Amino acid sequence: MSAATPRRPADGRDPVRALLRGVGAYLLVALVLAFFALPMLWLASAPFDRRPGITASLPDFTLANFARLWDNPNAVNSLASSLVLAVGSAVLVVALSALAAYALSRVHIRGRDGLLYALLLLSSIVTGTAAMVPIFLLAAELDLVDSYLGVILVLTGGLLPAAIFILKDFMDTTPRSYEESARVFGASPLRVLRDVVVPVVRPGLATVGVWTVAQVWGNFLIPFLLLRSPDKSPAAVVMYTFYTEGGQPDLALISTFSLLYSLPVVLMFLFVSRRYGFRLHGGIKA
Amino acid sequence: MADITLNRLAKVYPGGVRALSDLDLTVRDGEFFALLGPSGCGKSTLLRTLAGLEEATGGSVHIAGQDVTALPPGDRDIAMVFQDYALFPHMTVHENIAYPLKIKKVGKGERAAKARETAEELGLGHLGERRPGQLSGGQQQRAALARAMACHPRVFLFDEPLSNLDARMRLEARTFLKKLQRELGVTTVFVTHDQAEALAMADRVAVMESGALRQVGTPTEVFRRPASTFVASFIGSTPMNLLDGELVAGGGAVRVSGRELPVPDGARAHLKEGDEVVYGVRPEYLRWSERAVDAALSGTVSVVENLGSAHLVTLECDGGLGVQVVVPEEHEPAVGARGWAVPREDRALLYRDGELVGATPAEVPA
Ligand SMILES: Nc1ncnc2c1ncn2[C@@H]1O[C@H](COP(=O)(O)OP(=O)(O)OP(=O)(O)O)[C@@H](O)[C@H]1O
Ligand SMILES: [Mg+2]
Repeated sequence: MSAATPRRPADGRDPVRALLRGVGAYLLVALVLAFFALPMLWLASAPFDRRPGITASLPDFTLANFARLWDNPNAVNSLASSLVLAVGSAVLVVALSALAAYALSRVHIRGRDGLLYALLLLSSIVTGTAAMVPIFLLAAELDLVDSYLGVILVLTGGLLPAAIFILKDFMDTTPRSYEESARVFGASPLRVLRDVVVPVVRPGLATVGVWTVAQVWGNFLIPFLLLRSPDKSPAAVVMYTFYTEGGQPDLALISTFSLLYSLPVVLMFLFVSRRYGFRLHGGIKA
Repeated sequence: MADITLNRLAKVYPGGVRALSDLDLTVRDGEFFALLGPSGCGKSTLLRTLAGLEEATGGSVHIAGQDVTALPPGDRDIAMVFQDYALFPHMTVHENIAYPLKIKKVGKGERAAKARETAEELGLGHLGERRPGQLSGGQQQRAALARAMACHPRVFLFDEPLSNLDARMRLEARTFLKKLQRELGVTTVFVTHDQAEALAMADRVAVMESGALRQVGTPTEVFRRPASTFVASFIGSTPMNLLDGELVAGGGAVRVSGRELPVPDGARAHLKEGDEVVYGVRPEYLRWSERAVDAALSGTVSVVENLGSAHLVTLECDGGLGVQVVVPEEHEPAVGARGWAVPREDRALLYRDGELVGATPAEVPA
């Protein structure tokens, strides 16, 4: 706010050049953004289009696609299935990994880190394609084929090591003096866990929960393998049935379903990040 | 009545580190007791063993006559303030203060009233709804104190409660804590590695070195008559001068750097001619003289440090021996000047093999 500074540059050419440069930069950014945003755009427009193609275009507006999807017996069901699987796994993963991570963080066992790394490595195999046959046989043996529980257990087993890994990091950064302080006041170990440790690592628990839901929501292989009846199939599997016998995708159904399929995950991320604030370490939001 | 008695208390950590070796100690009821020692000497271990956070590997701990050695921390009726305060970050100040009461199943209304009252007492009244993260270091410290106070324990244990405060706050907190302890009259053990803090606050001080007690006594006793050269060099803001010497013929004087100094009264009976001793005298107990004096150390001034109301003068004696003297502000000597340092006879001490010569049994812990 000094009077000595000229309002505009004395040289008349400069503003024009700066303007051109600015326009150029924005144009470039817009193009790059558009490239990456196109699939999203398609997801937002195609469901409302009477005859959607594989290109994003201004829709010939209609809600008929939603009505058609509503009539498809498996579509709505499948979202409920996905929800059961995701929530079931998330609850199991959070509860088990919290207990395991707490113990691993507080008790020193010889070879603890090696054990964790080995588990992490193996876990990617457990839920991977390589273990398809053994998993199916095991589930058949335990009478867990075509049950949600079977899918939840297999997915939980696969996700636990990584979840323990993430949570142990949170627990490690929580000062022991919090717990010792509570112990001196007479709190039992479970009480300490409930009153002190869990609230302090809540952002970590939220991270693991959301991550588990997202993983399970998008998992195709395990439910495809273990759930035999079509009415139990989760969304990721049902999507696969929206093809004609000739292998042609039914774009109207697929796009509409994709939109419904992705919305819950987006909403969950927004909710949890507002509620807990994803931060990687300890502290608690006021 | 809540005195604390340690009986041959020992702690060996799983790795084989011997942190406490056979300590015998009694802390009296209502006493403000300081555990003082250099880093790693076992102060925290001792405090944590009192609290029950560490299991003793030998000996026993009695609180108010009750053997608590095997009791879990929650059953000992103690409260501990940790160095990092350990306030729960997800609870407000009031909730933090009320938490011990909640565990003791005190009703909700009573709990809240007690928390508010204690917070008020410690000047935290307007901060009750804040979280620890929104408090200054001094306020956090008082919140931690309030939490310890609210459950009316028999014993307070403080692990370096002031070390996270800046120098000015620390002085304030020192006075505050001492006054508070006096008012509450609760037996208090506090750990510090700052000798000035221990002398200023405690009724009695225990000086520790590598897991053992070197001396237990009032601040005055420990300051005036350190029982060993270790305690002597550890206590005092300017370390004691410890000068190698030898008893001259007749046993009436000690020869230090070519000068003969009188032997202190209490030590005379225990010494004989030719004994190698260490002559100990605090810089505060040396009188400065610009004129030659007989029974005095002499040398040239090599360094003058300003202490504010006095000067700390380093005198380089003949033979290269360095002696520090506190000189009143009006006598500031020039560097290079000649000077004499006269020991106050009743404050000079003699050490043989690191131990005080002529110490009374009370001064040397078993
Ligand atoms: N959990 C532990 N396992 C093994 N050794 C330990 C453990 N805790 C402390 N020690 C060892 O015991 C000794 C005493 O430790 P302590 O923490 O009591 O010292 P301190 O006097 O409190 O020191 P500081 O002033 O640095 O806090 C040290 O040698 C330390 O290395
Ligand atoms: Mg310590």
